[in-house]
Amino acid sequence: MAINLTINGAAHNVDVDPDTPLLWVLRDEIGLTGTKYGCGIARCGSCTVHVDGQPAKACQLKAASLVGKQVTTIEGLSKDGNHPVQVAWKEIGVPQCGYCQSGQIMSAAALLARSRNPSENEIEQAMADNLCRCGTYLRIKAGIRRAAQIGA
Amino acid sequence: MNAINLSRRFFIQSSLAASGGLMLGFHMPMAQAAVTDAKPWKSAVTGVEVNAWLVLDPDGSVTIRIPHTEMGQGGMTSVALMIAEELDVEWSKVKAVFADPNRHLRNDKEYKVMSTHGSQLVALQHPHLMQAGASARERLKEAAAQAWGVTRDKVEAKQGVLKSGAKSAPYAEFAAAAAKVTLDKEPAIKDPSQWWLLGTGTQRLDIPNKVDGSAQYAIDTRLPGMVYAAVKASPVPWGKLKSFNFDAIKDRPGVIAVVDLRAVEGKRGQPDLQDAVAVVATSWYKARTALDMLPVEWDFGEAAKVSSKSMSENAKKVLGEKGILTKDDPKALEVIAASKKVVTADYERPFETHLRMEPINATVHVQDNRVDVWSPTQDQSAAILLVADQLGVDPKNVYAHPMFLGGGFGGNGGGGTGVTRQAAEISKRLKRPVKVLWSREEDVAQDKQRPMSAARLSASIGDKGLPEAIFTRALWYTQDKQNQIGPATADYGIRNMPYNIPLRHHERHNLDTHIPSSTHRGPGANQTGFITEVFADEMALAGGWNPLDWRIEMTKDKADWQHVFKTLKEKANYRTDLPKGEGMGIAAVECHGTIAAACATVSVTRRGVLRVEKIVIVADCGHVINPHAAKEQMEGAACYELGHAWVGGLDIRDGRIVNTNMDTYNILRMDQMPEIEAHFALSGGKKWGGMGEPAGPPVPPAVANAIFAATGKRIRTTPFRQYDLSWA
Repeated sequence: MAINLTINGAAHNVDVDPDTPLLWVLRDEIGLTGTKYGCGIARCGSCTVHVDGQPAKACQLKAASLVGKQVTTIEGLSKDGNHPVQVAWKEIGVPQCGYCQSGQIMSAAALLARSRNPSENEIEQAMADNLCRCGTYLRIKAGIRRAAQIGA
Repeated sequence: MNAINLSRRFFIQSSLAASGGLMLGFHMPMAQAAVTDAKPWKSAVTGVEVNAWLVLDPDGSVTIRIPHTEMGQGGMTSVALMIAEELDVEWSKVKAVFADPNRHLRNDKEYKVMSTHGSQLVALQHPHLMQAGASARERLKEAAAQAWGVTRDKVEAKQGVLKSGAKSAPYAEFAAAAAKVTLDKEPAIKDPSQWWLLGTGTQRLDIPNKVDGSAQYAIDTRLPGMVYAAVKASPVPWGKLKSFNFDAIKDRPGVIAVVDLRAVEGKRGQPDLQDAVAVVATSWYKARTALDMLPVEWDFGEAAKVSSKSMSENAKKVLGEKGILTKDDPKALEVIAASKKVVTADYERPFETHLRMEPINATVHVQDNRVDVWSPTQDQSAAILLVADQLGVDPKNVYAHPMFLGGGFGGNGGGGTGVTRQAAEISKRLKRPVKVLWSREEDVAQDKQRPMSAARLSASIGDKGLPEAIFTRALWYTQDKQNQIGPATADYGIRNMPYNIPLRHHERHNLDTHIPSSTHRGPGANQTGFITEVFADEMALAGGWNPLDWRIEMTKDKADWQHVFKTLKEKANYRTDLPKGEGMGIAAVECHGTIAAACATVSVTRRGVLRVEKIVIVADCGHVINPHAAKEQMEGAACYELGHAWVGGLDIRDGRIVNTNMDTYNILRMDQMPEIEAHFALSGGKKWGGMGEPAGPPVPPAVANAIFAATGKRIRTTPFRQYDLSWA
């Protein structure tokens, strides 16, 4: 079935089963591989994207439900990697293996969009569903605090 | 297609295997690569190759080829730093590309070692990596000396510029001549006192690509005409595939084929194929959906009777039986038997799984004259050999394309193992490029797990409150009783405990299991460090000692341990007089040549809610080439091990792992992550220890000992979450 999606501001016409999760549409149909598969059950957060500005797990979003909505992936977060979260991430050196970081960055960017200077608690709550096996949590927190300064 | 953000620092080479730097980022990689130059890497990147590691470009940039895996440990940056240190070039001019594993094998292991494991990259391989830089530098100087009519000692090589008197030239000018220079003898590598770059703290080269989605992992491989496979092996490892009914799914959308994969009779090692079925489709989602609907029958055999409970019961029984002696001081047992004060305890830890964030996968394209492989392996050259073995082809015609790894943790050795064989086999049969991706559930169920361990320890406490004799009997469950997994044997970490106990008797058992087993970040030390160090706490307290002072007393003749413990004492402000509900705990473990000691601070509410507040870690790895990355590894390893000890643990029932996804197998979350303070107590000199793993093992026992200090509850098994920690 042909479905029209708007991803990073561009129109994409994809021919998939309407139940296909956005994650696999992005990765296998469109070729936007920055959004990662980690668990497939919305527990790890590696596939976090924005739908109309809100963070969402792409592994749980059915393609057909996204018609008429704005989907933003890590590739579309900024033009040249200069979103305050990305700048802070580079400054501090947050990623290790980097696999979960697209999701971490998307969750962090969404948090800062709704709360300019989040408290420790707000950060932990907003990031609770983003797992990192390398253990970069302390640097993620520091990155969010730094991004809040840059963005202010 | 997605535009790939090319960072200046991380050179992404998009042309074939051309120059030995293989790459990320391509979308159309080997499609054009039917071109098989005998030495494809010779058609250089841009610039001139001085040696296998180094290419100098007239624009001043230096391309360093990285033979190792970048799996988050910073290996790419470490290799580049070590070579740049000796070469003496501006760090901002350094670019990194992955080296060509095919070249490595064709040229008799030209890069010496590609395997990235055992925290060895810096510790054991710095001599040959630094040599590559030093030898290139001296050849550049010699080439310039000859051209300028002076002797080599009159030429200075600094920051990319050769100079002698009034003459000067950029390195690149003499790169071609340098490549032809023969030296009487190779220069010695620098003493750490001469370092200008190493030890200063450098940001990693791979970061820019890891914040914008452009970093590519094996799972991101996309090839023209590629199909996708979802695989299911027997849920009870090594079960036999009896039958499946393809008719039930063959009309589903996108389904192309079902491929049955069979274990080779008599072969049951880590990298071998298990019986499995693969559904191949036009997208992975379609393959996976169809696979879930495919009726499959298995013969599980006797293994289906095994559970965590039965293995634990068996372990308790075996701990009563004599094992293999690894150290036997006559009289140790007699002294314990005659002692008035004996401490005895049993410990146990469950299987744990690697749970790399990138689920295991492999892409293989088998063609008539060449095979291409994309595997998330810690040893790209092993991937070539594995695929060559599976297909019965000459390894010279197999090309592996290194990608970033979404974690490794010791689980991706041996060429990526079984999944790589699966991809080779399916591509061969379908004559198309295929990406095999294991679902997360399959990734956990079929991983090569960290072995379950148990031990009984007993010590007699003498007049000064110090142990005079110790007895230990350890066991672990490994597939086919593998005696050795890396440095890890059942009692590694126990028999080599650093404490000066006069009489020691150590035994071990290797028990057989059908659960595949493998190395796992900090092998041996990760399980037994907990056992040894909780028991150390028990011995110290039984003798009336402060556990930190006890450790200092018990390592009196070992300067490095003394330095580590005394530094910890200075930094951690260890106290034993905190109010109930708060506690501090100490532990120290040696792993991969590095001593790491930890002091954990915890709080436990009356209702038993645990919070790990802070962990101070002191490490002696001899030398640190990049403090920034070393501290990052200390934080990461601590988080990794705390996760296993607090919330982890695989659960086996009916022969199979039942907690196969992140809703049931837990790792540490951000809100559970303690503050980490990392320090070094370096002994320097000839000591070079690893840093990717050693900070993990002391963390679980330090936390368990802190919980005891806070609540009086002694923890001897993991995960901690099983315990009722409430107190009145």
